Amino acid sequence: MCGFSGYFGDGVAPDAARPLLQQMVAAIAHRGPDEQGIFVGDRVGLGHARLSIVGLGDGQQPMTHANGRFTIVFNGEIFNYVELRDALKAQGHVFRTGSDTEVILHLYERMGPDCLSRLNGDFAFAIWDAREQRLMIARDRMGVRPLFHTTVGGTLYFASEVKALLRVPGVKARMDPLALDEIFTLWAPIAPRTAFRDIFELEPAHSLTADRNGVTIRPYWTLQYPDADAPAQHTDARAAAEELRSLLTDATRIRMRADVPVGSYLSGGLDSSIVSALAAPMAAEGLSTFSVTFGSEEHDESAFQLQMAEALGTRHHAVSCGDGDIADSFPEVIRFTERPVLRTAPAPLYQLSGLVREKGLKVVLTGEGADEVFAGYDIFKEARVRRFCARQPGSRIRPHLFRKLYPYLPGLRQQSAEYLAAFFGAGGEGTDDPLFSHRPRLRGTAAAKLFFSGDLRRELADYDAAAELAARLPHDFGRWHPLHQAQYIESRFLLPGYILSSQGDRMAMAHGIEGRFPFLDHRLVEFATRLPPEMKLKGLVEKHILREATKDLLPSAIGSRTKQPYRAPDSQSFVGGNERGYVRDAFSKKKLEASGLFSPDAAGKLFEKCRARPASGYRDNVAFVGILSTQLWQETFSKTRTPDAQAA
Amino acid sequence: MNQSVRHSIKTFIIDNFLFGDTAYDLQDDVSLIENEIIDSTGVLELVAFIEEQFGFTLADSDIVPANLDSVARITAFVTSHTDAEALSKAPA
Repeated sequence: MCGFSGYFGDGVAPDAARPLLQQMVAAIAHRGPDEQGIFVGDRVGLGHARLSIVGLGDGQQPMTHANGRFTIVFNGEIFNYVELRDALKAQGHVFRTGSDTEVILHLYERMGPDCLSRLNGDFAFAIWDAREQRLMIARDRMGVRPLFHTTVGGTLYFASEVKALLRVPGVKARMDPLALDEIFTLWAPIAPRTAFRDIFELEPAHSLTADRNGVTIRPYWTLQYPDADAPAQHTDARAAAEELRSLLTDATRIRMRADVPVGSYLSGGLDSSIVSALAAPMAAEGLSTFSVTFGSEEHDESAFQLQMAEALGTRHHAVSCGDGDIADSFPEVIRFTERPVLRTAPAPLYQLSGLVREKGLKVVLTGEGADEVFAGYDIFKEARVRRFCARQPGSRIRPHLFRKLYPYLPGLRQQSAEYLAAFFGAGGEGTDDPLFSHRPRLRGTAAAKLFFSGDLRRELADYDAAAELAARLPHDFGRWHPLHQAQYIESRFLLPGYILSSQGDRMAMAHGIEGRFPFLDHRLVEFATRLPPEMKLKGLVEKHILREATKDLLPSAIGSRTKQPYRAPDSQSFVGGNERGYVRDAFSKKKLEASGLFSPDAAGKLFEKCRARPASGYRDNVAFVGILSTQLWQETFSKTRTPDAQAA
Repeated sequence: MNQSVRHSIKTFIIDNFLFGDTAYDLQDDVSLIENEIIDSTGVLELVAFIEEQFGFTLADSDIVPANLDSVARITAFVTSHTDAEALSKAPA
């Protein structure tokens, strides 16, 4: 796990190449504190910051093939590198190191860009073919590892984080208003768009090839579900559960491969408990587990965490996210997310990765991905209840089911059936809408755009982020089962755009920690897409088949737990005793006018409202955190100055 | 009475849910839910406002969109309540 950066083109003078690459790598040094390296060739440069995990003594990068033709910089892990290396050796390839990096070089030598289909891992890399004068950059299937690029004067620049690109002369940090609209609708920009105008993300499961003929971006894998009326591929639930268990066990086994100890996050929920239970017997020196605890009963899960740690006999460590902790870390959190966020949930994860680093580990497994792959989120159940209500629009009985979905939202518990039906748009219209499953969330989030300034609203007048999302759905999406449609939207957009980035890679790598995700092994993902919907969401019981497949692993109190979404306190983290000078500053008329993105009067009133009564509803919380993080983004990045001209 | 009730309700909604956004053309019959002006927590804030401002307590059965989902509906609901109370207190 590491970070890298580089360029391809004529825009960098030979004597400017090394200083530029050094600056780009320095900007992401937190990703690879162990070693740094640079390669400069004809019209190409590669820089690397290394976190040593596999091949500690001989995995230095950039790494050049013995034949001198191929050079690579690589961030992440190829978990099946042992099997791939054995197969390549059998075909005559000779290896100089024990690293997974060299395996990619040889596989690329043999297969070219098609090698991507053979890789099981979380990766982003750039590989330079000196003979063909061709550069390829690529990213893993689900979007675990980040990769950004931009073009200045015909030269392509790329890096693991945007902050490295901001070191390139001519690259400026300017907010993309369309991205802001997308964040205030979907929680994340729709890739390839990023918060930065003219800086793009390479989408998950895509490669970019650049040579003298230009740049080509294409997918090498797609997330695909069967047609709803196609014959079921798995009809025997027991056999399917056994296959799931086998795949998940192997996915965990190969993710335990490292030359350093691997620990595990333990939230107290089903998914991380399963991963920890599978990993514990595989950890040669015992498993270390890590949790966040909260002072507020509403958010805290420490009783379940301790129960699980005790059952597994792990070395358990916890960090308390107490009053003021979120406010103290939030500016730094936004420096790492590199995009505005609408919830504070990344901040405790920033604290958690700090704990892992403090305890001397570099790698942790997490349970992330299970909710997307096996239908764990409330939104899947909500969509099912909305369809159920839509069949009898006037029913006073059916909407009561919404209460069952959100027992942790006090505002909903006290509502009448009529209000519940109205809030969830359960009147019967729109079940053919491709975004049906997500409409209430999209509408509820977009309500926070009320705070956009007049200028921003005028600039966005013709833009509809939800329509953009709908336009990005695959052509056969309409033929899929409604649950699969909803799973696709979560897995393809929210997962890489928010969960794996703002809550995942960015918070872990802020402290040089690598997260590994057994549930996102592509073999398991592909298997799960072929499961009948009712095996995943059985009635209103989420992740049914996963529970069945792992029930012998967990104490029954954890195995039968209803999903408790991971949440952290939002606006209340920044008011009262938690109020900090930067919060007042961000909501001040002067700073709001300077950024020009929000109405100073409306945002000021929101600040006062949340100060007076911190427990406001979803829209107000989302708006508060969104405005604060956007203002922090402006403060952090718009002040970034590129160095004086170094380019040719 | 109707006009002052209406004004009071409209002012509360603009201040509390639209954060003083006077550019928003809040028509009396606009649905507060369909236009994302109010969410589930907002309904409870609205109920608290009505009870404090107009001095009567809403029964659970009163808290339905038919009574509370637009300025016009809230005005009619509050007016009918306050009228009924005034009538019951009037000397026979």
